[in-house]
Amino acid sequence: MSARPDTLGETRLWLAQRFSAAVLAICVVIHLGGMIMTVQAGLTAAEIIGRVGGHAGWFAFYVVFVLAAAIHAPIGLRTVLSEMMAIPKHHAGLLALVFGLFQAALGLKAVWGFYRLGGGA
Amino acid sequence: MSTGSLSVSVWRGSKKGRFADYDVPRRDRQTVLDVVTHIQRYIDPSLSYRFACRVGVCGSCAMTVNGRARWTCRTHVNQVAADGRLRIEPLRSLRVIKDLSVDMTDFFDKWAKAKGAFEPTATRTNDLAAIQPGDFKRRQASAGIECIGCGVCYASCDVVQWNSDYLGPAALNRAWTLINDVRDGGSRERLAAVAGDAGCHACHSQQGCVESCPKHLNPTASIAGLKRAVAWAALKGTL
Repeated sequence: MSARPDTLGETRLWLAQRFSAAVLAICVVIHLGGMIMTVQAGLTAAEIIGRVGGHAGWFAFYVVFVLAAAIHAPIGLRTVLSEMMAIPKHHAGLLALVFGLFQAALGLKAVWGFYRLGGGA
Repeated sequence: MSTGSLSVSVWRGSKKGRFADYDVPRRDRQTVLDVVTHIQRYIDPSLSYRFACRVGVCGSCAMTVNGRARWTCRTHVNQVAADGRLRIEPLRSLRVIKDLSVDMTDFFDKWAKAKGAFEPTATRTNDLAAIQPGDFKRRQASAGIECIGCGVCYASCDVVQWNSDYLGPAALNRAWTLINDVRDGGSRERLAAVAGDAGCHACHSQQGCVESCPKHLNPTASIAGLKRAVAWAALKGTL
């Protein structure tokens, strides 16, 4: 007997959430570390944009951060919706997908804007 | 020796019903099951409840006592009713047949769905399997093997309440013990059976089962083991 397609799908979603959680853990540490350092150094917004904006490495880092968040959060939201509200799982999945796409779009727009502010692209 | 009295509220009815109040003589070393038995034998013979061994082996006397699922035969009144009051209800998440008796069909059907039956790989003509007690897999199996099937963990699990298809801590714990039994040959099917949102992936690791298990088992750790095993099987394409 092999797993039913929906069971396999659930397992893949669980794996995606765990992998994205591992990525997020690293990203959050780097992001918070960076914020603490800039605050301690007394940098202005313009100075931060000058150092980080337009930098391909930081751009790639924040793209990964946004995508990991956009994968991780909707999977959890789907579970919360299906457990706490009387809606079918596939409807919860659809709502979570829309939320994830919205989250990714907003996040990527912000990252792209920051990159351009610093002179990138 | 009687030492005062207990004020006891007991659920009467099925899904719909009410609490009935009884005064029961308090005695030394009295268990909650003793209290229920006193009511049934001396006050109201129509009270329905279930028990068998009275010594914590059969797992049939579990009830909700002052809001928490417990095995009543090993729960002393002193532990749970310091103020002399007891509120006794049937287990949560199971259909109430009458009064304190619940229908355990769903609970045990889920053991079957989780492939909780041993699948032998040897016959009576084979030699006995030589398994060292200190073997890693044997120790993992042994950690969960003492389950008595009382349903206390099932009734204490919030996920069971939210998701009626969820197999529950006891069935998943059973599956984990078999997966770690080197004599068993059904692990591949078992992993497929316990994966998904009715299986191990539904567990939120809140550990209500661990907190309430009268045998001090850790079903949450067993379920975490299943999650790891299912993940590896999915990555290897064997799920």
